[in-house]
Amino acid sequence: MAEKKPKLHYPNGRGRMETVRWVLAAAGVEFEEEFLETKEQLQKLQDGNHLLFQQVPMVEIDGMKLVQTRSILHYIADKHNLFGRDLKERTLIDMYVEGTLDLLELIIMHPFLKPDDQQKEVVSMAQKAILRYFPVFEKVLREHGQRFLVGNQLSLADVVLLQTILALEEKIPNILASFPHLQEYSVKVSNVPTIRKFLEPGSKKKPPPDEIYVRTVYNVFMP
Amino acid sequence: MESIRWLLAAAGVEFEEEFLETREQYEKLQKDGRLLFGQVPLVEIDGMMLTQTRAILSYLAAKYNLYGKDLKETVRINMYADGTQDLMGMIMMAAFKPPEEKEENIALIVTKAKTRYFPVFEKILKDHGEDFLVGNKFSWADVQLLEAILMVEELSASVLSDFPLLKAFKARISNIPTIKKFLQPGSQRKPPADSRYVAVVRHVLQF
Repeated sequence: MAEKKPKLHYPNGRGRMETVRWVLAAAGVEFEEEFLETKEQLQKLQDGNHLLFQQVPMVEIDGMKLVQTRSILHYIADKHNLFGRDLKERTLIDMYVEGTLDLLELIIMHPFLKPDDQQKEVVSMAQKAILRYFPVFEKVLREHGQRFLVGNQLSLADVVLLQTILALEEKIPNILASFPHLQEYSVKVSNVPTIRKFLEPGSKKKPPPDEIYVRTVYNVFMP
Repeated sequence: MESIRWLLAAAGVEFEEEFLETREQYEKLQKDGRLLFGQVPLVEIDGMMLTQTRAILSYLAAKYNLYGKDLKETVRINMYADGTQDLMGMIMMAAFKPPEEKEENIALIVTKAKTRYFPVFEKILKDHGEDFLVGNKFSWADVQLLEAILMVEELSASVLSDFPLLKAFKARISNIPTIKKFLQPGSQRKPPADSRYVAVVRHVLQF
């Protein structure tokens, strides 16, 4: 019997759900989306007890209603062999993912900053990427010379890092200038067939946040 | 780091601590290359330098069999742990907010605990009638919830007054021998953040 497709509940834009879209796509899993556009829709989900802590992202998958972005990502990664072969690999992937998500958080929050603060924040996130995060991954790749970050196979860490690199490049086009291994890595991971498909027009990958998205988020979530 | 201490203690694992008191100690750790992204917490365990709190907690939960018996149990434990971490994160940050915002902050945290988080766990316990949150077995989720309950009670002693099952849960989990030991004076459990602690953290981490 064919498994029901996972269904994602979130506004029509990147936000915290985008990483989930990336990982499902990388795993070759087709999914459906129900876009939140009004406060009433969110209220309906909350009143119907569909959201464990009254929050989205929420993903209906395998008969469960999963919330909390990290829990969702871990579940999908575990299920689809993107979490390493043993506990040590898994923990390494987990550490890389956590660090990258800290950086991605700055990107997620950026459209909601005051306009005057936004340019400053782009400089700040570029610095963090270049000083704290990219050197770590550049070194990892340089030292083992493998195609992927951990265990010579695609993992959650690669998907989240690629997502973050591409999102940063949208704001700072030459951000990988000093990181030759990351440049090569970015091309290689982008060429994984499922990921290449996700990067093509017409996929469920969402465009950069714009004014419409920001307004929708305020409409849905502000009390 | 406190959630990590709780989980190690709950698992009956003895641990040592090296306390960061000066900026120089912290910079040395960074220069030594032991901090993956230049940050603490750092836990040296099983020949690894583990950083990133959630990654450390997941490792410990898996290693000490506190992570459920299958993927479905694990994801529930993760969701419950993530939720309680959001709540405890608010409490952690409150210590660093300006004093004039303190009362308002505490009120907000207590409200969130009583309206968003505690009702969820009360319902989970009510629905299955079991002693533990997931799979009728002691797990990381139970440790996190007890820690969160005690932290909120430090802000508002009567916060569990409308949650009879959570009260019973608190008593039950507190009586598990490893946890009971951790709750006694002289254990490695740390007191609530005071102004001295805040000053040390600001000095070491420079923010």
